[in-house]
Amino acid sequence: MNNNAQPPVCCDTPGRSLSERIGRDLPRRYRAEKRFRRLGLTAIVVALSFLVFLFGSIIGSGYSAFRQTYVELAVTFDESAFTSENLAAADFPGLVKQSLRTMFPEVEGRAALKNLYRIVSPSAAYTLQDMVAENPKLIGTTQRIWVLADDDVDMLIKGQISGAGEEANRRLKDDQLAWITTLRDQGRIETRFNTTFFTAGDSREPEQAGIRGAVMGSFYSLLITLLLSFPIGVMAAIYLEEFAPDNILTNVIEVNINNLAAVPSIIFGLLGLAIFINFFGMPRSTPVVGGLVLTLMTLPVIIIASRAALKSVPPSIREAALGIGASKMQTVIHHVLPLALPGMLTGTIIGMARALGDTAPLLMIGMIAFIVDIPSGFTDPATALPVQIFLWADSPERAFTEKTSAAIMILLAFLIAMNATAVFLRKKFEIKW
Amino acid sequence: MDFPALLLVLMLLAVGAYVLGARKAMAAAAAGGGIRSLHSLPSHYGMLTAVAAVLPALCLAVVWQAAQPPVLTALLKASLPAETQALSAGEFSLIINDITNVVAGNFTPGADQTVIAEAAQRYMKLQDTSDLLRTGIVLLLAAVSTALVYARITARLRARNIVEGVLKALLIVCSAFAIFTTIGIVLSVLFEALRFFKIVPPHEFLFGLDWSPQMAIRADQTGSSGAFGAVPVFAGTMLIALIAMIVAIPIGLLSAIYLSEYAGERLRTVAKPLLEILAGIPTVVYGFFAALTVAPLIRDLGLSFNLPVSSESALAAGLVMGIMIIPFVSSLSEDVLHAVPQSLRDGSLALGATKFETVKNVVVPAALPGIVGGVLLAVSRAIGETMIVVMAAGLSANLTANPFQAVTTVTVQIVTLLVGDQEFDSPKTLAAFALGLVLFFFTLFLNFIALRVVQKYREQYE
Repeated sequence: MNNNAQPPVCCDTPGRSLSERIGRDLPRRYRAEKRFRRLGLTAIVVALSFLVFLFGSIIGSGYSAFRQTYVELAVTFDESAFTSENLAAADFPGLVKQSLRTMFPEVEGRAALKNLYRIVSPSAAYTLQDMVAENPKLIGTTQRIWVLADDDVDMLIKGQISGAGEEANRRLKDDQLAWITTLRDQGRIETRFNTTFFTAGDSREPEQAGIRGAVMGSFYSLLITLLLSFPIGVMAAIYLEEFAPDNILTNVIEVNINNLAAVPSIIFGLLGLAIFINFFGMPRSTPVVGGLVLTLMTLPVIIIASRAALKSVPPSIREAALGIGASKMQTVIHHVLPLALPGMLTGTIIGMARALGDTAPLLMIGMIAFIVDIPSGFTDPATALPVQIFLWADSPERAFTEKTSAAIMILLAFLIAMNATAVFLRKKFEIKW
Repeated sequence: MDFPALLLVLMLLAVGAYVLGARKAMAAAAAGGGIRSLHSLPSHYGMLTAVAAVLPALCLAVVWQAAQPPVLTALLKASLPAETQALSAGEFSLIINDITNVVAGNFTPGADQTVIAEAAQRYMKLQDTSDLLRTGIVLLLAAVSTALVYARITARLRARNIVEGVLKALLIVCSAFAIFTTIGIVLSVLFEALRFFKIVPPHEFLFGLDWSPQMAIRADQTGSSGAFGAVPVFAGTMLIALIAMIVAIPIGLLSAIYLSEYAGERLRTVAKPLLEILAGIPTVVYGFFAALTVAPLIRDLGLSFNLPVSSESALAAGLVMGIMIIPFVSSLSEDVLHAVPQSLRDGSLALGATKFETVKNVVVPAALPGIVGGVLLAVSRAIGETMIVVMAAGLSANLTANPFQAVTTVTVQIVTLLVGDQEFDSPKTLAAFALGLVLFFFTLFLNFIALRVVQKYREQYE
């Protein structure tokens, strides 16, 4: 680089001139080298900062969903409300409204009262109902009960919507804001850990919505996928790697598997809709069909991983087994398969993680319906975790945004756990031959 | 006995048959002068008997289970009163639907629906008879085939060869699943697409410039002409894929080159798994990110430059899709760069080239076919990607090259046409399958070429 400092001595001899020319070029070439190196590093930094940005924006908007706002009510279980034998027939919403009216006796007029009632979630009545069903002795007493606040109140308490601005443009009106401030000053509003989110099914009311139903739907679908795709995938890999003769049929199967691994997942959804639902008449929106579609999608992944695992078992193992008189099948089952199994399991877990995150094929087979009940079997209508995320992302309520982000965090936690298991298995059982 | 219980009984039978077969083999061995006189291990005889107990019976049970509903429905149809049978096909299928709902317990027939109630009764009776018959025949078959094999067990029976033959057949069937899946895909999209092309001629679909698949219910309705010209949809797909590739190719390729040629061991062990996380994130998460974070960001940015940016701009969807594709490009190209022999690099460096010049003039040209293959795979991925575009791209089919406008894609249209009510006699629903057909064959074509190129490239240096 300091060649520049040296003045040219002589330019007549051609050798000198060549090294001169090289010397003159060197700074430029080194600069290009440095530039390129920096460019490569920038590319990695840019890619990784996308990752950080993505995680940051999701965690930033989702962590608040793990807490939920509750309001304390003093409910009088008036005996006059429980005249009928059937306790569930009592007017529980009325009890909730009554207690709100006693808390704010100054509120009058239909519109104002309606606003007042909107502070607590409609689920408050069910909370009361459950309490009475569990303990009928409550009738005739007055209890202080924490019930879910409405999602707008929740958003306000968490600071995600503000009470400022034009009243007509706000979800919470001025009188509601005043009541909330009063309740807050009295210590009757607080945020707690959101258990509803983990125990409830879907709901139109954000404060009552949970991911339990979606998680169970994903669980049943993936169970079917695992039970079918692992044995079929492993057996297919064994045949192709250990037994298949080198002929056209084998070639066709191999090309097919490689291509299937790259077919867009939505096409598998079309297959599920046309074949499983329309042709075989299987029930729509159920984990059975979801599981079958995901099986077809996961199979190529598992087959490719299992073949790689079989390929990494050295031939000496096979030769040794054959040498002491084992049959080909015995060699494979007794000696090659156990050595390849960790690799196959790793591939299977990665395939299952992909199946867990996949949404598009499930939309096609109707696992996108609004389902409140938590599925309890393979043929109950269900959604899946990623589909739930999609459904909530489409909901207009502000409170569903944080629920969506929180559901994404749960989904990512599952995926990270699965991939970590795969990495752990690989590290633990990896054999360097 | 219902199907799961039947399976359980068959499994128990298999265990019993295994013990029986192994015992008989041991007895034959004892009679014939010790265990060495047996052709196979006793366990092979056991397995053979177990296979005989289960395999034929299981096949029959599965076929029966699959054939039962259509056969029973046909019997039921024949038994319905004449006036019901005279109804139109649509009404008739409604009645059948009601009956199956009554049978499933989802629906109680009203007082005026005696026909349905009686039919449901009959159906349930038929079902019971069928179940009973199935259980009897399946168990009988299991017993007979077990007995047949059991009787033939001698010391010289080549049990191992037979068992291994059966196992091998099972392996072949499993590996044929890939072909079944492909055939299933082709048939499912092809049949519905052909029905679509009977209504809308293929040239109109492939070259038409107007896409508005909502069918008009009334004649005077506007905006729902039922036009099926897919060019704007294809153009939108290409636009978004192009934006994605403009993001993904430079970043992915440069990171791959840096990681494989420059980076130290430490950076590689950290950066590679982190990049792979990008590939592992579900696309619905990217979709949410695109719709909620990136799209408003781009719109606000555009507004500050006085640019009219749609809130469902192609740019937002393409950008996020590009982020998703980065790890595909980078990991595929890194594999390819690794396959370039070290001697090529050494030769270039020995001639005095800098590392950059080596990469530019030697390594990348040598790896180019593989890189192109990897990029083609990434393009096919981008075209088939669904959730990001469903959540972040628009629904209206604009024929435009402006990345700030909303465009729609093939996958978005498939989802919107098929989610919700489906009528398999309207071109609206069938159009989704025609789009699926195009998507399948186009991505298949890309994948096929890409895999071929990558394979050829690998062979070149092996």
